[in-house]
Amino acid sequence: MKITIRGVRGSIPTSGPATQKYGGNTSCIEVSAEGWQLVLDGGSGMRNSNTLERPLNNRLDILLTHLHMDHIQGLGFFKPFFDPEMEVHIWGPAGSRKSLHARLSKYLSPPLFPMYIRELPCKLILHEVDKSEFEIGPFRVQSQYVIHPGPTVGFRINDGKRIFTYIPDHEPALGIHGIVSDQKWISGFDLASNADLLIHDAQYTTAEYKERTGWGHSSMDDALRFASMACVKKLLMAHHDPNHTDTYLGELLTELKMRNNYSFHFDLAEEGMVIEL
Amino acid sequence: MAAYEIEIILNRQLADCLSIPVFITDREGNLIYYNEPAEQILGKRYDDTGEMPVSIWATIFKPVDEKGNVLSPDDLPLVKTLKNCKPYHKTFCIESLNGKIEKIAVTSYPILGRPSRFLGAVALFWETKDE
Repeated sequence: MKITIRGVRGSIPTSGPATQKYGGNTSCIEVSAEGWQLVLDGGSGMRNSNTLERPLNNRLDILLTHLHMDHIQGLGFFKPFFDPEMEVHIWGPAGSRKSLHARLSKYLSPPLFPMYIRELPCKLILHEVDKSEFEIGPFRVQSQYVIHPGPTVGFRINDGKRIFTYIPDHEPALGIHGIVSDQKWISGFDLASNADLLIHDAQYTTAEYKERTGWGHSSMDDALRFASMACVKKLLMAHHDPNHTDTYLGELLTELKMRNNYSFHFDLAEEGMVIEL
Repeated sequence: MAAYEIEIILNRQLADCLSIPVFITDREGNLIYYNEPAEQILGKRYDDTGEMPVSIWATIFKPVDEKGNVLSPDDLPLVKTLKNCKPYHKTFCIESLNGKIEKIAVTSYPILGRPSRFLGAVALFWETKDE
């Protein structure tokens, strides 16, 4: 399984010299194996996925964790939507009332976007997921709701050899006791358990998290604790705060490495990073 | 064992923050969490008991009407919620741990997660005072 990171900035695209290393594009990850391609989230990094080779059977699958703007704003600029030869599947979280189509249409319609979903030239198929399990080519995908405002899922992707878990927006520490020690009571635990790679929300410092509890994101320390409890082999911390420059993120990482002695490898996710699992 | 759904987890996190007794059950009525104020009613600590099967925890309470007549379990809000997936509220009495009859009000509601999944139930116990 090949994983290419196209965007890991949280909340809003943040381009400029101070964010060049880790990148300013919002959430988007490509996953490929055996000619099949998945695109996880449609943040502004999705524009850089336009260089993708034509996938097997002209089919592409987009897995949306949720519909916050920083995870869908790239959809309207994704070339396969405008290719009549392409079959594009979008998998996104089911809501309580409105369909995935209705919720996506809020963005993909005037006045926010010049076209309606129905006008996209590709063959578009929408799938609503909750606690679901489905197969896409060589991938077995599991989804589950995780703690984040609005319907939000994480994904566990298994290609038969390795497990990749993607939970970019997640606040498992919500509550007065933070992340509890009993695994049964930890949001997202089953998705991340024993994953070879976990890409997880780590937007805040511990001090920032105290000021922003309930906003749906994690501190770096909580991301590390979550990864440790789930026994992952590698953690890439993502959804970098738009106010965190490359220099500051580097300082935070150095400090985390000095302070923690976890047995697994951890690092900051970086735009352009390619991982062969 | 698989982790609970986030709707259950968030109810526990809320219960942790409240000063009223809260009981959380799964779909079958097994007690999967109770908060600190609820520990005083049960006379047990969650850290000690962990989860309790419905067959055990349902026998701890002795619900009676104001005349001391034993109430049928089918008349209790939580039992009705588990059966019908609807909220209920009722004022009745329970025999406290020291044998005293105490009047309480119980509000119960189903945990209906997205999209329309019945995941369990919550019961809140309110102290009442005769006016």
